[in-house]
Amino acid sequence: MEKILTHTGIGVPLRQSNVDTDQIIPAVYLKRITRTGFEDALFAGWRRDENFILNKEPFNAGSVLVAGPDFGTGSSREHAVWALKDYGFKAVISARFADIFRGNSGKQGLVAAEVAQSDIELIWKELENNPGTTVSVDLESRTVQCGSISAPFQIDDYTRWRLMEGLDDIGLTLQQEDAITAYEATRPLYKPKTLPAKTAG
Amino acid sequence: MSVMQSPQTLAEKVWNAHVVRHGEGNGEARQPDLIYIDLHLLHEVTSPQAFEGLRLAGRQLRRPDLTIATEDHNTPTLEIDKPIADLTSRTQIETLRENCKEFGVRLHSLGDKEQGIVHVVGPQLGLTQPGMTVVCGDSHTSTHGAFGALAFGIGTSEVEHVMATQSLSLKPFKTMAINVEGTLKPAVTAKDIILAVIAKIGTGGGQGYVLEYRGSAIRSLSMDARMTICNMSIEAGARAGMIAPDETTFEYVKGRPHAPQGEDWDAAVANWNTLHSDEGASFDAEVFLNADELESFVTWGTNPGQGVSLSQSVPSPEDYEDENDRKACERALTYMGLTGGTPMKDIRVDTVFLGSCTNSRMEDLRAAAEVVKGKVKDPNVRMIVVPGSARVRLEAEAEGLDQIFKDFGAEWRFAGCSMCLGMNPDQLDEGERCASTSNRNFEGRQGKGGRTHLVSPLVAAATAVRGTLSSPSDLANTPAAV
Ligand code: SF4
Repeated sequence: MEKILTHTGIGVPLRQSNVDTDQIIPAVYLKRITRTGFEDALFAGWRRDENFILNKEPFNAGSVLVAGPDFGTGSSREHAVWALKDYGFKAVISARFADIFRGNSGKQGLVAAEVAQSDIELIWKELENNPGTTVSVDLESRTVQCGSISAPFQIDDYTRWRLMEGLDDIGLTLQQEDAITAYEATRPLYKPKTLPAKTAG
Repeated sequence: MSVMQSPQTLAEKVWNAHVVRHGEGNGEARQPDLIYIDLHLLHEVTSPQAFEGLRLAGRQLRRPDLTIATEDHNTPTLEIDKPIADLTSRTQIETLRENCKEFGVRLHSLGDKEQGIVHVVGPQLGLTQPGMTVVCGDSHTSTHGAFGALAFGIGTSEVEHVMATQSLSLKPFKTMAINVEGTLKPAVTAKDIILAVIAKIGTGGGQGYVLEYRGSAIRSLSMDARMTICNMSIEAGARAGMIAPDETTFEYVKGRPHAPQGEDWDAAVANWNTLHSDEGASFDAEVFLNADELESFVTWGTNPGQGVSLSQSVPSPEDYEDENDRKACERALTYMGLTGGTPMKDIRVDTVFLGSCTNSRMEDLRAAAEVVKGKVKDPNVRMIVVPGSARVRLEAEAEGLDQIFKDFGAEWRFAGCSMCLGMNPDQLDEGERCASTSNRNFEGRQGKGGRTHLVSPLVAAATAVRGTLSSPSDLANTPAAV
């Protein structure tokens, strides 16, 4: 996973609260066998409306989504984060995230930055009045910057550390490599192995 | 000087034997433990994205020798030598084949003698053994707990995690003892026990728990029957179900292809003999069931907790005090096309499905064959028999069970998940009613609009004879085949 210290990109104002994972990625896309290439699935329902924000320049090239409160509610599908990342989003800003979504984001290198709704209103105005304005999300100082607006954001220490170190769950566990190898040396010999394959003939 | 160990439950013993690293902290704030996984089972539905994740990150599969894959969810049960018609199904299976080749995973493909439902194949090969940790991207992994293994389903990202590290970060589960004492009446089976347990504690009653089934009624069950019980732990919301290993378990494992041999066997049994909850071990919750009182159990609704004894009637919404229960009952009755007060035995079915990882092993097939032997099938009922694995199918054929089913008028199919979830062509039509030995009666599970009654293999067989939900004891006066 890539390390993220700070990210700056075009901000996309999404004036919408309770954006659930069914909206982020509809269920029909879950049948796929890949874990990339979900960019077309992101907000697939809404994108059919030509006035949807992501159908407009320069927002279609955005990488920081600024959404209403309760982002990522509903089913726990990991695909929601995949779709946002595949589209090109590096950070989502909202006043409140659903727990599972926030957890999945942290694990997969998408910054979920919790910003007070009053600040989000200001950012929305700035982005709407000056389309193409960038938003900076700085993990070091835990602040977001947009035009002249500077606002603090919340993110738990552990997730922040992981994002800054670029550690996904597996990367974290692999730091325990020595402990795993040591454990393996103590496993009883009678434990079965699948290889070489044996069958009843 | 010996230190007195505080008494432990079976689940705690297995857990503690697999801790790679203890999580720091105490109580609520305690970090997860890193737990080693002894066996990782794969199938075509939940593995492709995990394999791709490995590839994208440039990671290796850590222990191909602790990993095994089978094709089961999508496989056809007819004409298995022809290409799979459904594109999604075919892609999933072809992807599994490519991934297993690339990463060196042992795979039992359609047509192979060891192919079958992943939860039937593992035990049958002797790969599932007492005291192990077993995982699979499939909720019915709890089946393997019948051997005193800690076995549970995981999500796709966890599948990838196990692939890369052979371990998982987990917070300890709570423990619940399910005590079933007494003797089962004839024709009352493991399936009836577990359906009664779920009806008692509810579909969410086991949430966060590992269930340990114990008591004299459990001890007297065969391994096939114990697997049926542990299989459906998930239907009570539990993470896993376990049964302490005993002579029955050892007898089952002994001599199987991957069972320990010689000195290894002795060392294994010495360890396995310690795998039981200690006297005085405390469980976070406890449930008691009297086996003497149990009867054949069947579901009437759209979740596995909506069940009653076969001799009872469909409940009415008014039977419930709780507003939510009343609404749930109403909704279920509408979907199922049933009226409260109808005797369960008056319910006519269109289809009987004998199969799934719950009830598709030799003992299940034998029990059903015994019931239908020499009988005539109700002409309006179709019966599909789907062995859990190619090996079960072969064994059944060697015993002549296939002929009994065919003579009776049932369809004898190839192994797989089949109508348990209808990912392959074996599906119910809109409104079609099925007596099914599987584990989930959710709306649409067996096909859009399909109506499922969960039953034991004995009830399934008797139902195919009479056309209405029946137990073998109802068959006394049915005419024999001429
Ligand atoms: S038989 Fe049914 S429950 Fe069992 S693994 Fe297959 S689909 Fe899942």
